[in-house]
Amino acid sequence: MSRTDSRGLVLDEKLLFELTDPGRVGYSLPACDVPEVTPQKSLQRDEIADFPELSEVDVVRHYTRLSTWNYGVDSGFYPLGSCTMKYNPKVNEQAARLSGFAELHPQAPEHLCQGALELMYRLQQDLGEVSGFPAITLQPAAGAQGEFTGMLMIRAWHEAQGNKRNKVIIPDTAHGTNPASAALCGFDVVPVASDGVLSKAAVEAVMNDEVAALMVTNPNTLGLFEADIREICDLIHERGGLVYCDGANLNALMGISRPGDIGIDVMHFNLHKTFSTPHGGGGPGAGPVGVVEKLRPFMPVPIVVKEGERYRLDYDLKQSVGRVKGFSGHFGILVRAYSYILSMGGEGLKRATELAVLNANYIRARLEGSYDLPFKQRSLHEVVFSEAALENDCHTLDVAKRLIDYGFHPPTIYFPLVVKGALMIEPTESESKQNLDEFCDALLSIAEESLSKPELLKQAPIRAKVKRLDEATAARKPKLRWVKE
Amino acid sequence: MRYLPHTEMDIRQMLETIGVKNIDELFSGIPDSCRLQSPLNLPSALSESEAVAVLKTLAERNAKVSEWDSFLGGGAYNHFIPAVVDHLVSRSEFYTAYTPYQPEISQGTLQAIFEFQTMICQLTGMDVANASMYDGASACAEAVLLALRTGRKRNKVLLSEALHPQYRETVATYCRYLNVELIEVGSADGVTDRQQLKGLLDEQVAAVVVGYPNYFGQIEDLQKLADAAHAAGAKLITAVSEPLALGLFKAPGDLGADVVAGEGQAFGIPLSFGGPGIGFFAVKQNDMRALPGRLVGETVDQDGKRGFVLTLATREQHIRREKATSNICSNQGMCTLMVGIFLALHGKQGLRKLAELNYSKAAYAKKQISALDGFAIAFSGEVFNEFVVVCPEPVAELQKRLEEQGILSGIALAKDYPQLENGLLICVTEQNSREQIDRLVSALAGGER
Ligand SMILES: Cc1ncc(COP(=O)(O)O)c(C=O)c1O
Repeated sequence: MSRTDSRGLVLDEKLLFELTDPGRVGYSLPACDVPEVTPQKSLQRDEIADFPELSEVDVVRHYTRLSTWNYGVDSGFYPLGSCTMKYNPKVNEQAARLSGFAELHPQAPEHLCQGALELMYRLQQDLGEVSGFPAITLQPAAGAQGEFTGMLMIRAWHEAQGNKRNKVIIPDTAHGTNPASAALCGFDVVPVASDGVLSKAAVEAVMNDEVAALMVTNPNTLGLFEADIREICDLIHERGGLVYCDGANLNALMGISRPGDIGIDVMHFNLHKTFSTPHGGGGPGAGPVGVVEKLRPFMPVPIVVKEGERYRLDYDLKQSVGRVKGFSGHFGILVRAYSYILSMGGEGLKRATELAVLNANYIRARLEGSYDLPFKQRSLHEVVFSEAALENDCHTLDVAKRLIDYGFHPPTIYFPLVVKGALMIEPTESESKQNLDEFCDALLSIAEESLSKPELLKQAPIRAKVKRLDEATAARKPKLRWVKE
Repeated sequence: MRYLPHTEMDIRQMLETIGVKNIDELFSGIPDSCRLQSPLNLPSALSESEAVAVLKTLAERNAKVSEWDSFLGGGAYNHFIPAVVDHLVSRSEFYTAYTPYQPEISQGTLQAIFEFQTMICQLTGMDVANASMYDGASACAEAVLLALRTGRKRNKVLLSEALHPQYRETVATYCRYLNVELIEVGSADGVTDRQQLKGLLDEQVAAVVVGYPNYFGQIEDLQKLADAAHAAGAKLITAVSEPLALGLFKAPGDLGADVVAGEGQAFGIPLSFGGPGIGFFAVKQNDMRALPGRLVGETVDQDGKRGFVLTLATREQHIRREKATSNICSNQGMCTLMVGIFLALHGKQGLRKLAELNYSKAAYAKKQISALDGFAIAFSGEVFNEFVVVCPEPVAELQKRLEEQGILSGIALAKDYPQLENGLLICVTEQNSREQIDRLVSALAGGER
C-alpha cells in the first residue's frame, strides 16, 4: 500500500447562513443579575438580518466538516517554498493556552505581568543570539510588518543624520512584500537584476547618494546564499547606505551564519516560519526585527527592558519610529516560539538547519534529471525548478494540481518571478527520507505522465473536494459575501 | 530530537545520493568569512516536561483575569469564550495550513473566511469586508491609507482625540513618510467636538477618524459626523475596538461610515497580553478594489460546483509590488476562524443578549459609582460597556489600594489625556458579577471587602 493511493469520503456542507433555522441557539449566557436596561431606542440597531441561528451541534459539525477539506502540515508534506512549513509542536499550543498567558490583560500593571515580560525579554535575547543583532523588537505582527518597521527605522536614521535619501535597491528575486513595504515608507524602488545571486558590480551600478538602503533576502528566494554579501554590504556602507535583510529564510542559517555578523543592519524574523509557530490558515504570524546598535534608538515602542530583577515596558525612546500595532505584538505567538527554542536548544536549532538543507538537496538530487534547474549553485533550504522541461503544453500549474491527486500539498508556484513557471520546493527538516522519497516518486511519475498522459495533468485535481476553480470569473464578477437570494 | 525524523542511515544514504561526503559540504556556498565560528550560545534542549515547567513558572507570575476582579478594557476585552471555539480551532487541518493558495485543498479555510467576511458585513452594515488585518490599530492605519489613495491629492486626516491612543499612534507611524498632515480634533463631553471638526474640515481632508464606541466608551453620533465629513468630500472612518457594541447599537454602515476598521478580539480570542487579535476591515461597494489585504470570493469548479478562491489579487503586493494597496501578506487566519465560530454560536439572538448584558452591567456599575461621594462620571452621553470616572484621589494610589483587594480597577487616563488627571476608564463585561461590581464600588468608596 502506498499513502498516495488513498481515497476519502468528502462530505458536503452548506454555508452557515443556509443552515440557519430561525429560533435555534448555540449560546448560553448567565442570567442578568443587575437591573436590565437598554439604550435609547434611536441608538439601537434592528436585528442583524440573516445572521446565523444555529445550535452548538450545528456549529461544531459545520466547522469540523470544513476542516476536512483542508490540507495542513499535520495532514502531510507541505513543501511550500519560502514559507517553511515545518511541524508545529503541540506543546507550543498548550504553552500559549496556559491561563497565566491566555488570560493576561495587556493593560495589567507591570508588576503583575513579570512572567510575560521576562519571556519576551528572554526571546529577544535568544533571537539576538541566533541572528547576531544586539537589539530586537518583538512588536511587528508578521514578516511584512517587520519589513515596514525595519525600513522605517532606516529612513528615520538617515533623517537623523540629515541625509535625504529616498531610494531603495531591491533585487528582482525579492518577495512582493519588500517593494510594497519600502513604498509604504515613501521610498522609490530601484530594481536590480541578479543572476541567481547578486553581484557587487550590479549593486555598484545602481548605488548612489540617493539610495538609503539595499533590501536583500539571504539566502535569497532561489535558495542560494548571497556569496558576495559581505562585499556588497561594505560597498553600501561606504556609500552611506544601510542593508536590510528579509529573514524569511533564516531556517537555512541557524548556527551556521549570523546576518548581524556579516554586515546586515536590519533583519526581520518570521516566527511562523523559522520558529515553528503555526501558519494558522494564513496567520497570525510574528515578525520581530533585529537591528545593529546604531539603530536601537529608532525601534518601535514599547520595548521590554530589564532593570535589576524587574522587567519593564520602555516607552521612552526619543527617536522611536512609533508603534506599528496595538499593545506589544503577537504575544501568543511569541510564547510558542520561545517554547520551540527551549525544546530545541542551540544545538537543536543548528541541527534543524542542517537537516532542512540536507532535505532540499536530496530532493534536488532526485529530481534534477527530470525537471529543469535554472540555477545550479549549491542550494540551501529550498530548490527552485522551472517548467522548461515540461512537454505537451503542460505547465507548472498542472504539475502542482496533479500533485494534489497524489496526496501532497504543491510547492510554491510562479515565484520567484525570475524563473519561468517556478516550482519552489522547501521541504524543511520535519520530513523523513521516506516522505521525501514518496514525494519525489510522485513528481517523477508526474513528469512521466506529462509525456504519456498529459490529460491527467490537465484535468487535475480529480480527487480533491472540488475540481479546478474558475478564478477568472471570481475576479471579474466578485462575489465576496453571501446575500439572501 | 523528537521533531527531527532522520536516522543516521537515512542521512548517509541521502548524502550519497547528493554526492557529498558530509552535511557541512552542503554549506560550501557560504564563504568562510560569513560562517559562524562558535556554537550558538543558547541553553541545551529541554525535554517536554522540563520546557513545560519553565513556561508554567513564567505563566504563574502573571495576573489572570479569572483570578482577579478585572475592570480592564481599553481595546482588549475580557469576554467568555465557549469551549467550542478552542476545540474547533485546534483542529490542525485548520491551523497547520497556510494561506489558501491552492483552493482545491483549502476549501475549509476559504469557506470559513467567506462566512467571516459576510458576518463582518452584516455586523457593520457595510458591503464588502476583507479576510482580516493584523489588529484594530493597524487596520485603522490601513483605513487612513485607503482614504488617502481614493481621496486624490487630499493629504490631511483628522483624528478624533477620543480615538484609541494606540490607534492614533499607529496611524501616525504609517503616515510618517507619506506627506500626510494629521490633525487632532478635540472632544467635548467625551465625544468628538463637532464644532471644532467643522472648522477643520476643508477640501484637503481625506478622512475623519472616530471611535465607535470611542476610547472613553462613549457612543459617537456617527450620522452627524458622517454628514459633516461628506459635506467636505472626506470619508468617515469608524474604528471599533469593542465590536460587541455592534450587537446592540446601530451599525456604522447605516450611519454613513465609509470605512469600518476594528479589532475583533472581543469575539472569542483570548486576551493573551494583547495579541494576536484580529483586525477587521469593511467598506462600501465603490471602494472594493481599493481594499487592502486578501479577499475570498465565490466561484464554481469545472463541474459547476460551488467553491471559493482568493480573488482580486491584482491589488496585492505579490502581483503589484510597490504599487499594491498594502504590503500585508500573512494576516490573521486562525483568528478569523475564532471570530467566525464565536459569532456563529451566538448568532442573531445571542449576540444581542450578550451585548445587552454588558450594557446593563456597565450601567449598573456607573450608577453605583456615580452615587459615591467625590466620584463623578466624566461624561453625560450614552456608553456601551466602558465609562470614565473622575476620582477624588490620584488614580495611581487608588489603583494600588484596590489591587491589594484583588481588583484591577481600570486604566489611568492621565498619561494620554492630561486634562483627565484623575480619570479612570472602567470596563464591565458579562464576566463581572454583581458581587464583583459591588466590591469595586465599596472599595472605591474606601471600604474593605
Ligand atoms: C521571502 C519572503 N519575504 C517576506 C514574506 C512576508 O512575510 P509575512 O507573510 O509574514 O508577512 C514572505 C512570506 O510569505 C516571504 O516568503
